[in-house]
Amino acid sequence: MSNDNSAEGKGLLRGLWATLSKPTSKWSLGALLVVGFVGGVVFWGGFNTVLELTNTETFCLSCHEMEQNVYREYRGTIHDSNRSGVRATCPDCHVPRPWIYKIQRKIQASNEVWHKLLGTIDTREKFEAKRLELAKHEWARMKETDSRECRNCHNFSAFDLTRQQARARNRHAEAEQQGKTCIDCHKGIAHQLPAGAFKAERELNESLGSPPKP
Amino acid sequence: MKTKIKAIALALALALGFGVLGSAVVASEVKSLRPTEASQPDAPPAIYKVMEGTKHDRAYRQQPPLVPHQTDKYEIDLKVNQCLRCHEWPYSDQEKAPKISDLHYLDRNGVRQDTVNGNRYFCKQCHVPQAEAKPLVENKFQPATLNTNLR
Ligand code: HEC
Ligand code: HEC
Ligand code: HEC
Ligand code: HEC
Ligand code: HEC
Repeated sequence: MSNDNSAEGKGLLRGLWATLSKPTSKWSLGALLVVGFVGGVVFWGGFNTVLELTNTETFCLSCHEMEQNVYREYRGTIHDSNRSGVRATCPDCHVPRPWIYKIQRKIQASNEVWHKLLGTIDTREKFEAKRLELAKHEWARMKETDSRECRNCHNFSAFDLTRQQARARNRHAEAEQQGKTCIDCHKGIAHQLPAGAFKAERELNESLGSPPKP
Repeated sequence: MKTKIKAIALALALALGFGVLGSAVVASEVKSLRPTEASQPDAPPAIYKVMEGTKHDRAYRQQPPLVPHQTDKYEIDLKVNQCLRCHEWPYSDQEKAPKISDLHYLDRNGVRQDTVNGNRYFCKQCHVPQAEAKPLVENKFQPATLNTNLR
């Protein structure tokens, strides 16, 4: 019985392969190209639409792990509401914009979906226990990319230092000369910091060293 | 009996009614000390900004210095104290922030500790920024500048 079936299946597959590999006589090359093109556009459009759908604040907050912890801390900070009304939402800081890095990050996120299913951080206590590790990942990523996501909106060379407060002015002038990057100094701007954050910061700086001077 | 109760009830109701009416009449005549009418909700308070980068003089010798910058975005809790990220040695050197004095390391018995002591951990208990607001009431406080040994 099963032998029969598999033989039949093989026959089917072989037939399919034969049709696929055989040049067609009914369809003109032009028609094939048009169908292929339209199909490609639809597929690509659909793919990117889904990609963009997962790139919104609403999508991030559909996980209660994010809503209950980091989002509540982010509320009211400068990136949530400010005098100019320009907001930075979760993906603005956490998902790279260049396509190839975005896909890379999205593939990594499948690991996060897995941990969501496992319930790795589904209570505040578990989240706090894991938090230092999560924060370290983010710091290391931003240090490696010279804080690319921050620089999508903020530009060192466009800073009008004369309009900044004195504390910021002194440090920014120095930082630009020394090739420092935003995350070196601006940790914990959107969320609370984990316990032991400053010790981890020192270790990170020692292990990675300062970014190369421009 | 019943009529008596009815009469009392009527009298009470009338008295209450007059009371309410009477007070309504009075409320509209009350002069409010505030700029808004007494029966209206208060106007929202004016918005004052924290003074950034202004040096504040101390008014008496023991005064904890006032903070010349915003403080509300810096987290202070069991996990971290962001003020220390700028004001504790060795950060204070690189951040060009005044180093907290050794008094912040003394415990309640006066013994010097290696970390900021619990009784000085919550900085904002003593150090506060100033808003650019006129005092609502005249302040008659005299700085204790005469209390020095430089006679
Ligand atoms: C989507 C754009 C965007 C991104 C991405 C972004 N920011 Fe901002 N940032 C803003 C805006 C808008 C403001 C508020 C400007 C204002 O009105 O003063 C701001 C304000 C700030 C401030 C001022 C804080 C204060 O209290 O005055 C800091 C510091 C800052 N951002 C750092 C960062 C860092 C570090 C990153 C990267 C992790 C980052 N930003 C990413 C848009 C962005
Ligand atoms: C060497 C440390 C350092 C680096 C590197 C640094 N900053 Fe800052 N920045 C500061 C300090 C200190 C302040 C003032 C204190 C504060 O806001 O906490 C500040 C303030 C700011 C402000 C608010 C300015 C104001 O006038 O209120 C913005 C916006 C900002 N930084 C953005 C950035 C961005 C974007 C980067 C990366 C391109 C960056 N900073 C890199 C130290 C640094
Ligand atoms: C202004 C940029 C910015 C925005 C906006 C932002 N984050 Fe973050 N996030 C960071 C940085 C920087 C870290 C690294 C830890 C730190 O410094 O606080 C971080 C860390 C995290 C972590 C790791 C745990 C932790 O607290 O360290 C999670 C989870 C997270 N963010 C989720 C979110 C979510 C969800 C949102 C949207 C509500 C969001 N972030 C918005 C910059 C941002
Ligand atoms: C980004 C680094 C930074 C952080 C974080 C910070 N400060 Fe400061 N602070 C400074 C600098 C720099 C000065 C000196 C400013 C000046 O001289 O204009 C200062 C000045 C002060 C002074 C005045 C000292 C004197 O002798 O006049 C006090 C008090 C103070 N800060 C308290 C605090 C408190 C409390 C916090 C936490 C809520 C805090 N600071 C967080 C950088 C910081
Ligand atoms: C119990 C009240 C109290 C608390 C809490 C406190 N301080 Fe002070 N602080 C003082 C007093 C009083 C002085 C002035 C005398 C001195 O130098 O000790 C002072 C001085 C300072 C100075 C100026 C030092 C100098 O040499 O100019 C700084 C900066 C400072 N404190 C920062 C902090 C920070 C940051 C915290 C939180 C970790 C903190 N203080 C907590 C009372 C306090």
